[in-house]
Amino acid sequence: MPHAYEFIDHTYDVVVVGAGGAGLRATFGMAEKGLKVACVTKVFPTRSHTVAAQGGIAAALGNVGEDDWRWHMYDTVKGSDWLGDQDAIEYMCREAIPAVIELEHYGVPFSRTPKGKIYQRAFGGMTTKFGEGTAQRTCAAADRTGHAILHALYQQALKHHAEFFVEYFAIDLMMDDKGNCIGVVALNLDDGTLHRFRGHQTVIATGGYGRVFASCTSAHICTGDGNAMVLRAGLPLQDMEFVQFHPTGLYGTGCLITEGARGEGGYLTNGKNERFMERYAPHAKDLASRDVVARAMTMEIREGRGCGNLKDHIYLHLEHLDPKIIEAQLPGIAEAARVFANVDVTRAPIPIVPTAHYSMGGIPANLHGEVIRPTPSDPDATVTGLMAIGEAACISVHGANRLGSNSLLDTIVFGRAAARRAAELVQPGTKHQDMPKDAGDFALARLDTFRNAKGSVSTSALRLDMQKTMQNYCAVFRTAESLSEGQKKMRALWAKRADLGITDRSLIWNSDLIETLELDNLLYQARATIDSAAARTESRGAHAREDFPKRDDENWLKHSTVRVDEKGDTQFSSRPVHLKPLTNDIEPIALKARIY
Amino acid sequence: MVEFLLPKNSKIIAGTEHPAPRDCKRPRTFKIYRFSPDDDKNPRVDTYTIDLDQCGPMVLDALIHIKNTIDSTLTFRRSCREGVCGSCAMNIDGTNTLACTKPIANISGPVKVYPLPHMNVVKDLVPDMTEAYAQYAVVEPWLKSETPPPSDRERLQTPQDRAKLDGLYECILCFCCSASCPSYWWNSDRYLGPATLLQAYRWIADSRDEATGDRLDALHDPFRLYRCHTIMNCTNTCPKGLNPAKAIAETKKLVFFRQE
Repeated sequence: MPHAYEFIDHTYDVVVVGAGGAGLRATFGMAEKGLKVACVTKVFPTRSHTVAAQGGIAAALGNVGEDDWRWHMYDTVKGSDWLGDQDAIEYMCREAIPAVIELEHYGVPFSRTPKGKIYQRAFGGMTTKFGEGTAQRTCAAADRTGHAILHALYQQALKHHAEFFVEYFAIDLMMDDKGNCIGVVALNLDDGTLHRFRGHQTVIATGGYGRVFASCTSAHICTGDGNAMVLRAGLPLQDMEFVQFHPTGLYGTGCLITEGARGEGGYLTNGKNERFMERYAPHAKDLASRDVVARAMTMEIREGRGCGNLKDHIYLHLEHLDPKIIEAQLPGIAEAARVFANVDVTRAPIPIVPTAHYSMGGIPANLHGEVIRPTPSDPDATVTGLMAIGEAACISVHGANRLGSNSLLDTIVFGRAAARRAAELVQPGTKHQDMPKDAGDFALARLDTFRNAKGSVSTSALRLDMQKTMQNYCAVFRTAESLSEGQKKMRALWAKRADLGITDRSLIWNSDLIETLELDNLLYQARATIDSAAARTESRGAHAREDFPKRDDENWLKHSTVRVDEKGDTQFSSRPVHLKPLTNDIEPIALKARIY
Repeated sequence: MVEFLLPKNSKIIAGTEHPAPRDCKRPRTFKIYRFSPDDDKNPRVDTYTIDLDQCGPMVLDALIHIKNTIDSTLTFRRSCREGVCGSCAMNIDGTNTLACTKPIANISGPVKVYPLPHMNVVKDLVPDMTEAYAQYAVVEPWLKSETPPPSDRERLQTPQDRAKLDGLYECILCFCCSASCPSYWWNSDRYLGPATLLQAYRWIADSRDEATGDRLDALHDPFRLYRCHTIMNCTNTCPKGLNPAKAIAETKKLVFFRQE
C-alpha cells in the first residue's frame, strides 16, 4: 500500500529532544528566559530514565560535615582517571551548589538533617581534603532522588507553560549544506503524522545507550537515539570505549541497587563470606570508585569465589543495618529486592553482579553544551545550531569513569548551562531561513525503508545477538583477542540490518517500527563502542585492557573521537584533554597513580 | 433517544489462537486485548500459550516474550521494567497494576491482560492518557510561596514536616488508581480522580508551600473533589502501596474545618 508522507512544519526558537533531567532543565530554563521552546520526547517526561536514579546528586553543601567544591573537583578528576576536562569539571562542581539549592527551591522533597537542611550521604570516590576522609556530599531524597527531581522538573516545566510533544519519536537531525543543524524530524506515535521542527538551536538530551548490552540497569528506552542521529549527520562521538558497569545490579534482572546502600553502611562479600574489597581498595574499601569495585567483583567471580550454586554473583549485605535506616533512607531498594529477588534485606543479603549502567562517552560538547566538531586547526570548534547535554553528551566531566551522584548533577548543571547559552545565542522570535528543499528526506527514507522491511531477520533476534556480543566481548575486562572476535561478530550483525523484517505496517503506535529504528541506533553505537575499545591500547577508568593493564599518559591522555559511516565502518581521531581548570581558584589537579 | 446497543466497536470478539510451542515445558495461557486503529474491526482477544521456562517471572516479561517471538505487532508501553516509571500500567487479572512488577505466578488460570479501563484505546494495550495528564496540570502541581526562598541556601524543613510527604511524593503517575475508580469512570470530565487529588494533597501537605488556601478553593467543587465516594478501589489497586483515598479524606477534612 503506497503512502504519501507529508510533513507538518513547526518553527521554534529552540527544540529540545528528550525530557529527562537534562532535557527538562533546559526546556523550562529556556521558557523562563522568554524563548519559544518545543520539547520533543518519545515518552511522557516522568517516564524518562532519570526517574530511576536512586542515590542522589552531589554538591559540596557541607550540610553533614565540612566540604568544599575543590575537594569535589579533585575527586571527580581522580575518578575520571584524568580524562575529564578540568575546566568543565570545575564549572560543574562550583555550579553544583547553586543548582542543587535551586532544585530545593523548586520543591524537590529532599530528605532532611535534624537541623532541616538537605540530607547528604557518603558515596563512592567522594572524599574530603583531597582524598583524606570520607565526604557526605550526595544530596538525597531517600533512595528515590531521580524520581523526586524529575517530577519537580516536569512540574516547573508545567509552571512555565513549556510546550511538549509527547510520544513523538525523533528520527534524524536536519542539517543544511553548510553543516549547520536546523532542526529535527519526528514521528507522532499517536496518529502517525510526520513533523519537521525548526530551531535556531536543537538540543540533544536523549540519554545513554545501555540497551546495547544484554544485562544493563538501563530502561528499555535507553537506546541513545541522539548519539546515532549525530553519527548519521557525519559528526563524531567521543570516548565511546568508556562504559560504566555498576557494581550492584540485581542478579538476574539487572535492576539498579543504589551505591547509597553502601554509603549507608552496606558491604560486599564473596562466596567465602569474605569482605574482599579490603584487598583491592584498602582505604576506601566498599566505597571505592565504581570501576574499581566492578573489576574486583569480576575477579572474585572469575577466580571461583562467587556466591550461589553457580558461583556467578556477589552478596550485598544490609541486614546489619538498623531497619529504621532502611525504612527511611533505602525503602525503594528494599522493595526492588523483595519484588525481583524475593529477598528481605533486613534478613538476607542481596545477590548482585556488575551491570552495564552509564556511558561516559557521547556527543562531544563544551561546558555551554555546544556540540564540538573538531577541525585540524581547532579541536574545540563548534557546530552551529546544535547542543548536547546529559548522558548523551561527553562534556567531558566524567572522563574515563563517572562517580556516583555526578550524573544527576551533570544533567542539572548542564541543562541549566544550555538554557543560559541558548538565551545568549538566540534572540526570541528570530526568523528562520527558508527550509532547504530536501529537508527531512533523509529521515523519511530511513523511516520508509524500515517500515516496509520484509527481510528474514526479526528485530528482536538481531537485537539479542548484538546485546550478547557486546556483553561477551566488550564488558568489564577486555583483550585484543576478545575485542577482535567481537568486532568480527558485530560486522556480521551489521550486515544483517539489510535483511531485517517487521510485521506491523501501521504508522500509528507502531512499536515494531520504533524498536527497529532504535535497534538501528544501537547498532551504530555498538560499532563505535567496540571499535573504540579495540583502538585504545591502555587501561584507564572503566576501560580495562588485560593486555595493556597500565594507564599510558604518554600516548593516550587524549579523548578519542569516532565517526561511523553508513557501512558501519569507523574512523578515529583525537582531541586533547583540557588539563587546566576554568579559573585560578584552584591549581590543575596533577596526574598521579589512582589508588583508593 | 435511548441507545440500547453498545457503540460500534465496543463489542470484543474472539481473536487468534497461538498454540503452545513444541516441547513446551511450562505452558501458560495469556488472553490479550487487541485493537487496531487502522481498520474498522472490533477489538478482539488473542490467546497466546507460551513456555514460562523461556521467559522472566513478570507479566511484562511475558508480553515482551510474545512480542519478540510470536507476534511483533503486539503493542504496549514499557520503559524502566522496575516499577518506577509508570509506563506499563494495564488491567491484569481484573486489577489495574504495573505489568513489570506483577508476578505471573500470583495469577491463577489464564492471564487476562486489558488496557486500563474506561480510557480511550489508541492501540492494543495503549490507552490515551491525554485527559489524565491535563487534569494533573490543573492542580498546578508545583511549589508556590510568596516568601522568597533564601538566596544562597535551601529552605529549612524539619524531618517531621518532610515525613508528611512520605506516601505522597512517590506517586509515579501511572493512573492505575484513577482508572479503577467507578466515580472517575462516570465523571472523568469533571472529577479529578484519585491520582491527581493525591498530587494536589502532596503540595497542601508540604510545609514549604504557602498556597493551601488557593489550592483548597480550587478543589472545593461538587465535582473536582467531592465525586470521591470513598469506594477505596484506588488504594486497593495502587501498585506502589500508596493511599490516595486517605489523601482525599485529609483534603476534605481541611476544607470542612476551614468552613467552621
